[in-house]
Amino acid sequence: MSTGQLPIGEKGVAVPEAGAGRAATLRPGLEAVHTKGWLRASKWLLLRRVSQIGILALFLVGPWFGLWIVKGNLSSSLTLGVLPLTDPFLLAQSFAAGHLPYREALLGGGIVLAFYLLLGGRLYCSWVCPVNLVTDAAAWLRRRLGLKGGKAPDPRLRYALLGFVLLIAALTGTLAWEWVNPVSMFHRGLIFGFGLAWGIVGGVFLYDLLIVSRGWCSRICPMGAFYGLLGRTALLRVTADRRRTCNDCMDCFAVCPEPQVIRPALKAVGQSHPLILDQDCTTCGRCVDVCSKNVFRITTRFDRSES
Amino acid sequence: MSNARDNRTPRPASLPRRRFFKEMAGVAGGACLLASGVALYSRQASALPAVALRPPGALAESEFLAACVRCGLCVRDCPYHTLKLSELGDGIPTGTPYFEARTIPCEMCEDIPCVVACPTGALDRSLTDIDAARMGLAVLIDHETCLNFLGLRCDVCYRVCPVIDKAITLEKTHNPRSDRHAMLLPTVHSDHCTGCGKCEQACVLPGEAAIKVLPIRLAQGSRAEHYRRGWEEREAAGRSLIGDQLELPVRGMEGQAYGDTRLRPDAPPPQAPERPGGVDSGWRP
Repeated sequence: MSTGQLPIGEKGVAVPEAGAGRAATLRPGLEAVHTKGWLRASKWLLLRRVSQIGILALFLVGPWFGLWIVKGNLSSSLTLGVLPLTDPFLLAQSFAAGHLPYREALLGGGIVLAFYLLLGGRLYCSWVCPVNLVTDAAAWLRRRLGLKGGKAPDPRLRYALLGFVLLIAALTGTLAWEWVNPVSMFHRGLIFGFGLAWGIVGGVFLYDLLIVSRGWCSRICPMGAFYGLLGRTALLRVTADRRRTCNDCMDCFAVCPEPQVIRPALKAVGQSHPLILDQDCTTCGRCVDVCSKNVFRITTRFDRSES
Repeated sequence: MSNARDNRTPRPASLPRRRFFKEMAGVAGGACLLASGVALYSRQASALPAVALRPPGALAESEFLAACVRCGLCVRDCPYHTLKLSELGDGIPTGTPYFEARTIPCEMCEDIPCVVACPTGALDRSLTDIDAARMGLAVLIDHETCLNFLGLRCDVCYRVCPVIDKAITLEKTHNPRSDRHAMLLPTVHSDHCTGCGKCEQACVLPGEAAIKVLPIRLAQGSRAEHYRRGWEEREAAGRSLIGDQLELPVRGMEGQAYGDTRLRPDAPPPQAPERPGGVDSGWRP
């Protein structure tokens, strides 16, 4: 389906006045707030924040209030003294460095691996990872300030970097990436103390704000690439099943951290069904929120229906 | 192939392919550069400062850095808040557990909870007897400020040692300053010292301790394997390997025991030289 087949009348609604065009690029989702109400136009964003902050809170009530629900950090943790969870990305580095961890870590890694393999790898990025709060803030500010430009690295850089991260682990015999990994460093810093790690997190924020839109999460982070690879069989997927009503307002492209994943589903480029099956999609649901025409919906990968 | 070479204008299909290779080269080059930087930095930042000690049961440092995922579970299960996770800027591999003996030493828990908590085996669970831990080695590093070396009976490091009379003993020597007192010198024995750091923490000196726990690689010299120790060989063989030594009489000292080289046994001991110098500088602890 091409844009030319869209009813002209509907397209007219999208751009009512000249001034609204700028407002739409600075504040995508404004129209959805008007038509659906603020709560419904922020549903997935709010749920995601609850998830991110809730998980962080579970880790923090221990050291802050002595209420030990979860010990450790996202690299490896122990919940209620029984459930071990370990980051499979760290285990992969540890294997590459030539160490076979104990059964607890392998079991914990297996549980995490199974969860993300089943539901969707990059759910980690949008629903769990604390750095997402930082890069979302940077992306929001970048839109509001109308900042443009910057030389963006290729989105495939992260996959190459993932390969090299495992390679340097093997060559140095250490978890070399963990010396600089802003993701584990940020979470560990919040729980155990930062030192100068603020600088690295601040660097990620400034890079995303001033240099490249969504630069860290969508182009560089090898951890995101790792979870992306786990997401090839993701059960939870976004569908553009009401794509016929799309009025090309472009709000979904403006808020999506991986805008390249939308086009095949929304505009039927290279595929006929409306499911976003790209492994880079983080299933954040922000496109669902900001669409005033309710084009998107979160469903399973088997639901190829179109309405 | 020859047709393709003759046809100078590139086929349309080769343009995207050429672009693809160019892009991939850029991607791989960029990633390689970034990763090399990280690898170099991690190599440089791997050195552990001498005051930072690893928890009991920690693998050798190079293996430890391949095994530790920096989760802090050992820190959480340490009942005495001894262990900390290093922060960026501490000069210790970021996020790895360590302790500083002078601040909070290891209390040597019998159940070793930190080792039990480690999910990866960076802390080796084959360590079940805390007395077998080797976190470092105490060294009485400063003979000039140590109160026992000044002739006092401080003895604090000896008293607090959890392996008292084995890891630290007091060795009695003559005090040449007063010439009538003894000095009891705290002496560390590497076959019993666990490196817990209680001695360093307890040292009464106001700032730095005179006794310090150092990583074993800094505290100990390598054993000279080529040097056969006569007394050990004699014990192993049941007799001296070089046979009994000849005892030749010394003219003028016939009445004295072998090895007693004093010219007049009843004479007072010789005076120390006025100014330090020569082989025996005259310095006394």
